[in-house]
Amino acid sequence: MELLSDAFVYLCAAVIAVPIANRLGLGSVLGYLIAGVVIGPVLGIVGSETTEVQHFAEFGVVMMLFLVGLELQPAMLWKMRKQLIGLGGLQVLGTTAVFAGVGLAFGLVWQSAVALGMILALSSTAIVLQTLNEKGWLKTEGGQSSFSVLLTQDIAVIPMLAVLPLLAVGNSGDSYGESHGAGHGGGHGDGAAHGGEALASLPGWLQAVVILAVIAAIIVAGRHLMRPVFRFIAESHLREIFTATALLLVIGIALLMDFVGLSPALGTFLAGVVLSDSDYRHELESDIEPFKGLLLGLFFLTVGAGIDFNLLFGAPVIIFGLAIGLIVTKFALLFGLGTIFKLQGADKWLFALGLAQAGEFAFVLFGFALSAGVLEPALLQILTLVVAISMLLTPALFILYEKVIAPRAVTQSNRPADEIDRKGRIVIAGMGRFGQIVGRLLITSGYDVVILDHDPQTVENLGKVGLKTFYGDATRPDLLHGAGLQDADLFIAALDDRDKQTMVVEHVAKTYPKVRILARARDRHHVYELEQAGAHHAEREVFEGAMTMGRRALIDLGVHPFRARSKAKDFWHHDRAMLDDLRENYNDGGVDKSYVDAMRAHSQTLFDIMRTDHGDEKHERTERGWNPPPKGDATL
Amino acid sequence: MAKVLVLYAHPRPDRSEINQPLFETAKGVQGVTAVDLYAEYPDFDIRVDVEQERLRTHDIIIFQHPFYWYSAPSIMKEWQDLVLEYGFAYGLHGKALVGKSFMNVTTAGAKPEAYSADGLNHSDIRSLLAPFEKTADLCEMRFLAPFVMFGAGRALEENRLNVHRNAYDDLLKAMVADRFDLEKAAKAKQISDVLDDFILKGEAV
Repeated sequence: MELLSDAFVYLCAAVIAVPIANRLGLGSVLGYLIAGVVIGPVLGIVGSETTEVQHFAEFGVVMMLFLVGLELQPAMLWKMRKQLIGLGGLQVLGTTAVFAGVGLAFGLVWQSAVALGMILALSSTAIVLQTLNEKGWLKTEGGQSSFSVLLTQDIAVIPMLAVLPLLAVGNSGDSYGESHGAGHGGGHGDGAAHGGEALASLPGWLQAVVILAVIAAIIVAGRHLMRPVFRFIAESHLREIFTATALLLVIGIALLMDFVGLSPALGTFLAGVVLSDSDYRHELESDIEPFKGLLLGLFFLTVGAGIDFNLLFGAPVIIFGLAIGLIVTKFALLFGLGTIFKLQGADKWLFALGLAQAGEFAFVLFGFALSAGVLEPALLQILTLVVAISMLLTPALFILYEKVIAPRAVTQSNRPADEIDRKGRIVIAGMGRFGQIVGRLLITSGYDVVILDHDPQTVENLGKVGLKTFYGDATRPDLLHGAGLQDADLFIAALDDRDKQTMVVEHVAKTYPKVRILARARDRHHVYELEQAGAHHAEREVFEGAMTMGRRALIDLGVHPFRARSKAKDFWHHDRAMLDDLRENYNDGGVDKSYVDAMRAHSQTLFDIMRTDHGDEKHERTERGWNPPPKGDATL
Repeated sequence: MAKVLVLYAHPRPDRSEINQPLFETAKGVQGVTAVDLYAEYPDFDIRVDVEQERLRTHDIIIFQHPFYWYSAPSIMKEWQDLVLEYGFAYGLHGKALVGKSFMNVTTAGAKPEAYSADGLNHSDIRSLLAPFEKTADLCEMRFLAPFVMFGAGRALEENRLNVHRNAYDDLLKAMVADRFDLEKAAKAKQISDVLDDFILKGEAV
């Protein structure tokens, strides 16, 4: 029961604190930290056992790196290489150097100073990206530069994890065991003890060969073996088994890396990159995401719970001074970089202010550094506070930007408006007979289209003809989110199943009010149903096809093709008018007498219109169009 | 043997009293290619390559149409806008139509008197067809005087259709047989049902 009561306390704290922090614009990371502070130092509900929990929670980091890897398609990285290496690389290296210098000046040994520099160079991806997204600043020049730097930092974590153990201070005798434990980032400390020893008896060169072989195996298996496996699992249509497979994959790779003595985080990151081109990417993301989120949340909770308040109240001036010094230093470096990379006016300020804090990765790396013996526990206590305070101040920096700097910068900037290089982004749910046609038209017109389909066979076949499709059930909110609906301009619901279709439209309309929704409807009643669910436009799936067939039939019966076209158009417009008129008479779930009456009246009108040409009877509407003057008009 | 292309445009052929029968006549003449533009392109998506190839392989191009608003039904304008491309019909390398002949075969609702300096329109019909003539000029084609039926609205009642149909038949056949006097037609104001002046005797040119 202890497990359950612990879980209850942690979850309770998170459920209360995180939404409030989010509402206040502080972001979820700070929410977890604050919740941790409350249940730890403030209320004293949890105590020393947090360290154990923290080890477990560190597995969230492994999952996070897997997800980071999944996001990093090699092609995208290549496109961004200039920004990543130039701007991002300089930020990481420059900030590391400056803080390492500061560390040396304070009398740290060089290893500790370098570790300190690396850790503080990172900014808070979680807070910054979320804020940029919420405020709609991500597409600005400043937002894009921030994104590049954050991405570089996320990638830089990998080499940092590898380098940290090498910076271990102390005699070589026990530093191996210690640094080794740290190398396991994954944090299941017990496994670490015997991990690398599986290879320890082998000669050095053979160890290297084994490690390279394992990495090669991950790449080859990820490229060629995983697709059929995922497909086999997906075809079972058992969602929890797919989730289990995803978890199994991540845990399996972590264990494998552990066995050969490499960082599990590194291994899962690699696996993520390998799978980032896969059709199953979004499904994997959605499956792992909640686990990662909860474990990382738990991790931040334990960091909060471990904060030493005596330290803060003992020397508030020093702690706050350090935090502000950290922000000012990072800001100055970023501002300089912004100048070098020709960011203008407000963009430069957004870039420099936004990234001036230290990030959540610092907590993770502090943990590593501690177990590796790179940094002293007493120093880490102070740094944890400093980092947390710098993050707490971030919303204030964004407010400073929004209220003071951005309004003034507008007049200064005389840069020509950005060229719109991004055509509308579209998500299509369902790539069956209907969605395929819509999708092909949009893709060949050069639009950025993300396609979701729940049939593995379809996904694979479309992949063969070069249409990028993702496997997954489009009625799942997390998968829609993973497909990028929050950034989409247009959503096309093209599911075959009538009820699922209405459901997904309703969900998207409620959750993403800015997205325009086009929906495939089964029939007229379904059109109304979808409109009520929030679709902006619904198209009956067989209507246009049947119209074309009807027109073809008229031609084959000897009607002049242009006449057949006109008749079809008349019919089309009449039907559209009927659709509009009957909308008022349609009640949810059924039809009543007024609906039937209205429909009957329309049918009679239509019959009159279409019949006129056959007799002498002249009907006003059809008779219009290319009408000769009457024969009797003497004025002509 | 000249090759004659008749491009026909009438949006309501089911109600046409003169043009549709004339088109039926054109279809029956050997050596004439008769195309119903509204039937071929009911949605106005004219295939430019097909049309240009038709122009290349014919010597005399005829636009057959009712005289709508001093011009032709809209598909003919669309046809000109799409088919008469720069580099094909005009411009430095646009010589595909050089030396060919062009004629409007049209029907006008008003009586002949309306198309004179003193009449309703204060102008003869060839002058009113100036946009077609200028188009032909720019493409270095020989613009022939139009073959017109006036008072078309009452032609059936006045039993004039058959005379005109026969004249059209003669006109097309003379063109195919190289017996139509293109030089003379280019200078005339209009070509009436009496074709004798334009038919060459003896050897074909």
